[in-house]
Amino acid sequence: MSDRTLYDKVWDSHAVTTLPTGQTQLFIGLHLVHEVTTPQAFDMLRERGLPIAYPQRTFSTVDHVVPTDMRVRPFLDEQAEAMTAALERNVRDFGIEFYGLDSDRQGIVHVIGPQLGLTQPGMTLACGDSHTSTHGAFGTLAFGIGTSQVRDVLATQTLAMDRLKVRRINVNGKLPLGVHAKDVILTIIRQLGVGGGKGYAYEYGGDVLDRMNMDERMTVCNMSIEGGALVGYVNPDQTTYDYVLGRPFAPKGEAFDRAVAYWRSMASDPDASYDDVVDIDGSAIEPTVTWGINPGQAVGVLENLPRPEELTDPKSVEKAYAHMGWEPGAPILGTPIDVAFIGSCTNSRLSDLIAAARVAEGRKVADGVKALVVPGSADVKKQAEAAGLDRVFTEAGFQWREAGCSMCLAMNPDKLNGREVCASSSNRNFIGRQGSPEGRTLLMSPAMVAAAALNGRVVDVRQYN
Amino acid sequence: MNEIKQVGGRAVVVRGHDIDTDRIVPARYLKEITFNRMGEYPFFDERHDAHGKTVDHPFNEERFQGAEVLVVNRNFGCGSSREHAPQALYRWGIRVIIGESFGPIFAGSSVLLGMPTVMASSEDVGKLMALVEGEPTAELTVDLEARKVRLPDGGDIDIDISDGHRNALTTGTWDSTALLLDNMGEVAKTADKLPYTSDFEGPAPL
Ligand code: SF4
Repeated sequence: MSDRTLYDKVWDSHAVTTLPTGQTQLFIGLHLVHEVTTPQAFDMLRERGLPIAYPQRTFSTVDHVVPTDMRVRPFLDEQAEAMTAALERNVRDFGIEFYGLDSDRQGIVHVIGPQLGLTQPGMTLACGDSHTSTHGAFGTLAFGIGTSQVRDVLATQTLAMDRLKVRRINVNGKLPLGVHAKDVILTIIRQLGVGGGKGYAYEYGGDVLDRMNMDERMTVCNMSIEGGALVGYVNPDQTTYDYVLGRPFAPKGEAFDRAVAYWRSMASDPDASYDDVVDIDGSAIEPTVTWGINPGQAVGVLENLPRPEELTDPKSVEKAYAHMGWEPGAPILGTPIDVAFIGSCTNSRLSDLIAAARVAEGRKVADGVKALVVPGSADVKKQAEAAGLDRVFTEAGFQWREAGCSMCLAMNPDKLNGREVCASSSNRNFIGRQGSPEGRTLLMSPAMVAAAALNGRVVDVRQYN
Repeated sequence: MNEIKQVGGRAVVVRGHDIDTDRIVPARYLKEITFNRMGEYPFFDERHDAHGKTVDHPFNEERFQGAEVLVVNRNFGCGSSREHAPQALYRWGIRVIIGESFGPIFAGSSVLLGMPTVMASSEDVGKLMALVEGEPTAELTVDLEARKVRLPDGGDIDIDISDGHRNALTTGTWDSTALLLDNMGEVAKTADKLPYTSDFEGPAPL
């Protein structure tokens, strides 16, 4: 059993009691709410006549269904309009802080929590969204939950939870030039499997993680769930504290110093014990691209696609090949693309856009490729524009959009058509994920997406080093 | 709330590893602000072609209509947290899912609906799949207390389910809100002890 890890410390300090079922009732420090997974939860509260227990610990925004081009209300999509209106009514009725489309704090829920200083180390956090593990970058235990659990958090600020085991994942060495945080997490998932994290919290560390900035750590933690781990985190350090300092909801003055002392105390002890430890050589990681229908089906950009007969479980790739239509054994390099999407809670922060803009600057998107850059929040958009990135992208032929989830899950008008192939900086290549049941998604880093957009096919971004 | 100790009936098999919740309910149906119609949508894009015509899928087969047990492979319900997925299966008629393993959020949400997800070895899942496909009228009973699936021939198969989930179901406390609400005094004490609720003087925007 793990001991003295951040997971253990945060769990123990937030445990309210042991329920008759044997589960732990866990206090949730921060609850983030968005429009898609919550209307039913608010209705359940109404049916039961329950108030929100800790409204001051609940924050909301609208991100999933919002159009990223014309944001005029009412939306043309009546369902998106009704969903947004339902959230607006719920936050009004229940007294919750809300960052709507007219707020400069609006954005993807996992981008704005950290950006506002709401996400802090040593805290528990929940959101009705599986990529809530993003916040783990701060040393936060962040749980993605279903709608009935959203109801529980609203009504009680707690969840009934089973304790997880803790797996330490060390990534050591030096990442080669052109290899990004996205490549690190895709490699981890590829090695451990999409179900490999079942029953575990992932603690990411090692000198590669130590050197990463917060945006990069968020990219890694974001995709924990794609590896089957409900929770993923990085221990807080000076990089973390420097990021939080001065943000709107960060502790101020002396309170900040007290906070840092507490945050430090919550990090895993040097002699903490883990249920499992995995070591990964960072210097061997390559720019990585998914070729199949789950994020574990990935190859290095210079590798060929796997041949089923060489795999332990040939049937596992049958459906992927049937959907994607590739030849087993073919190179991924040179695969033609129709659409390029830079965005999503995985890779839509300022440093992601800078990495993509470095590649795009002074070049042109290939003919016939539709290329989209969707900043993760209104604030990221503003900062990117101040740095001139919007011009870099638009001059290269990318569309520059308003903040939202966009083509990550295509609940807004940004969708693939038919069998289009999309180079995407998002997190899921599931069948139908980008809005067309026949659509095909290749996940990669934002720099790799930019490079693919310029060439109309998958290329090795290192040619731009 | 009912105690759920034994649950079962006729079964349906959906083969394949890593079937994600986007495949169980495509995102466009998440735009509905109630779960009322979710029963129409399970596996929608796998049951219909681009023109809306039904295609081969176990959920379309006459012989599996009315099934209450769903048998699946590894990592079923991985991906998105959407409770729409377990809601869709439940409203279609499923009351228990037997599989090799499950996505963690999917499993958690299923319990809160009173729909257990129980795990069996891949050999046993294979056996169950063959049995059900060969004999769709066979009745399976999941006995949560004994941690067994009872087969029509009198045999059984071992299953696994976390103690917490099992106890919640067998004691009728699977809708956790009431259970959690019992301890609001303790909740306040825990909250007050956390330094960030007071000592850091925030967040308190309202
Ligand atoms: S960007 Fe994509 S993965 Fe992230 S919260 Fe939005 S829809 Fe979910």
